[in-house]
Amino acid sequence: MAPGFGSGDMSHPIAILGVGMHPWGKWGHNFVEYGVKAARDALADAGVPWQDIDFVAGANTMRCGYPGYVSGATFAQALGWSGARIASCYAACASGSQALDTARAQILAGLADVVLVVGADTTPKGFLAPQKGDRPDDPDWLRFRLHGATNPVYFALHARRRVELYGTTDEDIAEVRVKNGKNGLHNPNARYRKEFTLEEVLESPVVSDPLRLYEICATSDGGAAIVVASMDYAKRLQKKPVTIEAISTITPTFPSTQLEMPDLATDSAASVPAPDMNFQPAIIDAAYREAGIGPDDLSLAEVYDLSTSMELDWYESLQLCPVGDGQKLLRDGETYIGGRIPVNASGGLSCFGEAVPAQALAQVCELTWQLRGEAGERQVENATHGITANVGLFGHGSSVIVKR
Amino acid sequence: MSDKNKVAAREDWYTLEAERPRLLGSQCAACKTYYFPKHESYCRNPACDSETFDEVELSHRGRIWSYTNAAYPPPPPFVADDPYEPFAIAAVELEKERIVILGQLTEGVTVDDVSIGDEVELALETLYEDDGNNYVVWKWRPASGAAT
Repeated sequence: MAPGFGSGDMSHPIAILGVGMHPWGKWGHNFVEYGVKAARDALADAGVPWQDIDFVAGANTMRCGYPGYVSGATFAQALGWSGARIASCYAACASGSQALDTARAQILAGLADVVLVVGADTTPKGFLAPQKGDRPDDPDWLRFRLHGATNPVYFALHARRRVELYGTTDEDIAEVRVKNGKNGLHNPNARYRKEFTLEEVLESPVVSDPLRLYEICATSDGGAAIVVASMDYAKRLQKKPVTIEAISTITPTFPSTQLEMPDLATDSAASVPAPDMNFQPAIIDAAYREAGIGPDDLSLAEVYDLSTSMELDWYESLQLCPVGDGQKLLRDGETYIGGRIPVNASGGLSCFGEAVPAQALAQVCELTWQLRGEAGERQVENATHGITANVGLFGHGSSVIVKR
Repeated sequence: MSDKNKVAAREDWYTLEAERPRLLGSQCAACKTYYFPKHESYCRNPACDSETFDEVELSHRGRIWSYTNAAYPPPPPFVADDPYEPFAIAAVELEKERIVILGQLTEGVTVDDVSIGDEVELALETLYEDDGNNYVVWKWRPASGAAT
């Protein structure tokens, strides 16, 4: 039996009082600046003074030295020591969701009323590479050392399977970039605000066949923050906030038979049979069960398009269509704004580039603006339920359901 | 080729026979689950608490689960050739062990030469060299001849 949420598989909502972001880019400043800007915007949006915050949950970065490993303390000090309690969370690309889940646990346990969650990063140019120093027992070091297996190599292995097994075409993989470019054009926090034609995407150089340069997300600087609170606290502020209905941070189930970054091999299914559901659909299934909703209830989704092909995988994991049919949904226009289920109305990672510890929080910021009807020209009409979908390196599920 | 010493770029992970090199995995003595890389201190099957493992040579051949290439030089710690020669890379499923293992395809093999499901076999090729040693790594080579 799959683990549920407590004993009842029922939703335990908390309130989103405020959200804020520092625009994504390649600014080259200290990551703490981005986090502070995002946090101050989120606090102002919430109407909650910093010194009223009970708890700060930081999403760590591994690239910015010691302050990045103790992000909860780093942001608390930057905003001014106030005696708040803190946590610093690391779960690779899922760090933001882990920090948000830590905040929720504090609130649902009755230990905190109002919590600030912050993630920010400053990234170097080029491929994400492992930290320096020889580490022959670290799979992340070994995959680069022994086989030159960069992140795009892993993305491309999965994309290639779509192409050969499901009939996904080069044009389908490129069209995701075209769609996301149209959406991101109207997002002031997006790094790339430019429309692409299908031809422009298809003419960009192949990085790892079948994926091209414009189909693989860049790395960016950026920061995102969210103020969450108990429903009682929100009522005292006389707010009718959007609510978090589920946060799925599950791990895979043994044996995990999908090759996941950074591993050199999968688990073996010779002795114990593979589970009915692969990791990605299992993450989403746990979120749906926790919120008590299904794919038909969704108004929009923000999914991790580390590669544009991966966005098509998520359509299927979200159960928006049968496995193998992701490109049909795209071709029919259903995932465009104005379609049945818009995906990455924000522009997605295509337009942002990944700022690792901030990205999962940025997805929740976008859902919040959409559900409040504050998303401007990229607004999805009458949005009531949104979901985020993401996986962090080393087996970190990340999916958040937000409701109006 | 060079008369340098042939050394495994990652010791204890594979045999160095020129003809039929093998990846060295492990198998749990209790639940029989295979592991690669070798894993000998605790079983990761959630229903098994065994701490006893046997070293096993994994199948020499498998079938391509997926494949791609690296058109640009990967960053360190990879040691890229200068000038850089793009390489192809595959994830290969071993039928008996029901495990998928990553490895470059052998020199000269491109993405146009292979498809998902193709049979490949293990080979050793130079990863990098220094003054005294030729450091070799496992790769996958399109299989020729009868299956074994």
